[in-house]
Amino acid sequence: MHLLEVKNLHVEVDGKKILNGLELSIGRGSVHAIMGPNGSGKSTLAHVLAGKADYVVTEGEVLLDGEDILALAPDERAAKGLFLAFQYPLEIPGVATMTFLRTALNAQRKTRGEPELLVPEFMKRVNEVSGKLGIDKDMLRRGVNVGFSGGEKKRNEILQMALLEPRLCVLDETDSGLDIDALKVVSEGVNRLRSPTAPSWSSRTTSACSITSCRTWCTFFRRAAS
Amino acid sequence: MNVEVRPIKTAAETALATNFAMAKRALPGAPAVAALREDAFRRFESEGLPHRRVEEWKYTDLRALMRDAKPLAGVPDAAAKARAKQAMDMLAAIEARAIVFVDGAFVPELSDLADLEAGLTIGSMAQRLASDDQQLVAHLGKLVPTDDVAVALNTAFMGDGAVIHVAEGVALARPIHLIFVNAGKEPASIFVRSLVVIEKGARAMLVESHVGANVREDQVNAALELKVGDSAHVDHVKITGQGAGALHVSSLMATIGAHARFNAFLFTTGAAVVRNQLFVRFAGEGIIAGIRGASLLKGRQHTDTTLIADHAVPDCTSREVFKSVLDDESRAVFQGKIIVRRHAQKTDARMATHALLLSDAAEADNKPELEIFADDVQCGHGATSGDLDEDLLFYLKARGIPAKEAEALLIQAFVGEAVEGIEHAGLRDALMDQVVDWLAART
Repeated sequence: MHLLEVKNLHVEVDGKKILNGLELSIGRGSVHAIMGPNGSGKSTLAHVLAGKADYVVTEGEVLLDGEDILALAPDERAAKGLFLAFQYPLEIPGVATMTFLRTALNAQRKTRGEPELLVPEFMKRVNEVSGKLGIDKDMLRRGVNVGFSGGEKKRNEILQMALLEPRLCVLDETDSGLDIDALKVVSEGVNRLRSPTAPSWSSRTTSACSITSCRTWCTFFRRAAS
Repeated sequence: MNVEVRPIKTAAETALATNFAMAKRALPGAPAVAALREDAFRRFESEGLPHRRVEEWKYTDLRALMRDAKPLAGVPDAAAKARAKQAMDMLAAIEARAIVFVDGAFVPELSDLADLEAGLTIGSMAQRLASDDQQLVAHLGKLVPTDDVAVALNTAFMGDGAVIHVAEGVALARPIHLIFVNAGKEPASIFVRSLVVIEKGARAMLVESHVGANVREDQVNAALELKVGDSAHVDHVKITGQGAGALHVSSLMATIGAHARFNAFLFTTGAAVVRNQLFVRFAGEGIIAGIRGASLLKGRQHTDTTLIADHAVPDCTSREVFKSVLDDESRAVFQGKIIVRRHAQKTDARMATHALLLSDAAEADNKPELEIFADDVQCGHGATSGDLDEDLLFYLKARGIPAKEAEALLIQAFVGEAVEGIEHAGLRDALMDQVVDWLAART
């Protein structure tokens, strides 16, 4: 069984048909890239997978690990291991990144029936991951993405991904707006998560589905995966 | 044809007149005070309870909201004091000096009057009124003169309250916490009046809490006159958490001296109807003031914040930020007026009010006003109202945070932006804890 199976997916937004019978299978531990011109429905697919409200699925099903997730709320999908890295990460003034990360991680653990992660253990993991991604600790005390540059916001997405340890990462134009060095840091972050030594709540290996219009980005994965 | 217009009194107005006639001999004060009371009551009678055709009270029609006037509160008995004690443990974490009033009367045995810092005096308004204190009478109603009817009613009926003096250059080590508890057996009218004088260069923090032990239709009229001396640094935080049936009208009359720092904060979660009036006079140059507030309302609660910031002199800075979170059929009113007088050049005043509507039936009314007579000033205001940002909610949910928790996180952040303005970290935390409790009680 594939990790993700999208069957005959039809999606409308405001009565306008965007996806017409999409089929997609993603195996465990594999990396897929979805490329296509603007307006072809790439981001729509990402949002539908994550459960955004404005998208209406008129036909088809989306199975994560054999379970149809279309009826699940976005937070339940996240707890099942689906992660969407946003093309435009939002700013949340007044909610410190640290609070946000801890709330998200513990909410997912709670939904999965796992115990809360205690503060020292949580801090250890945050420090480890943020160090590797070159994220300043001071940034973590500020509001989520507030005052972050475009590149910092993308790195913050990868930090969240690394901490939440999803089984399926959907990267929506994560490479856009990044220079070549940042691209490397971010893709290494993704690859690290997929490496056999990565600590994971699930014994299964992580898969990635990258939505991009940049070929260079794909080569980073190819290199790492080989 | 000349027709004499004789307004018909409402039941509440008639009851107030009866109460005044019966109580005026018993109310504390020598002849000079009695004359003040008579004057004030006559002012009230000539106008009656304010109603929606009075511009300042347009959104809070007291004539309609006050169906009757409750009898004046009696002297609290032992049982009332015991009930009050239960309601008092709030803000224990900030280790403030508690000064306690039960049903409007000062209760020394519940108050912390030990080891007063040198230069700090705390007394009872009722005692000072009764002792024919000329200096006190000279101050009453004079700091920021107003013809407001609620203040007039307070002057007519004022019972007890705090009289606090902080001498020049004294920095108080602990905040002073005035706790007003309603704990009598029957619903009552309570009129408290306080006078706080902080002299030049002094540093003080004043917290004022109004709490009620139960759901009762108490009617509270609280007034505080505050003098902030030159170069003094004063924080005033008022917490209104009265029982869900109460009517609460309060007036802060503050005059601020040159180069002083003044921070006021209004935190409201309680009472059926709240009217918070702030009359703030910038009387000396170089003042930096922050006037902020947060209200969290549900059911059919109504909170009206009416602010007049009067910039009478040059070079003052003021920031006004008010936030309200409105659930169910609640309503928040904000009327904020910034006056910049002719000589108040280089005034820098900015006012913002934001309402978060959590339900379709909630209502926010914002009325910012700028009256500018000087030509070299920076003044602005902004008002927003809306519901929670769907995209932000989706971002949080996509990270695994359930809808209700995501909403709570965003609401906390919204309120937190105003609460940030409070300098005392312990108090900030205590208020944010109350926000969390409020959110947890939301169904």
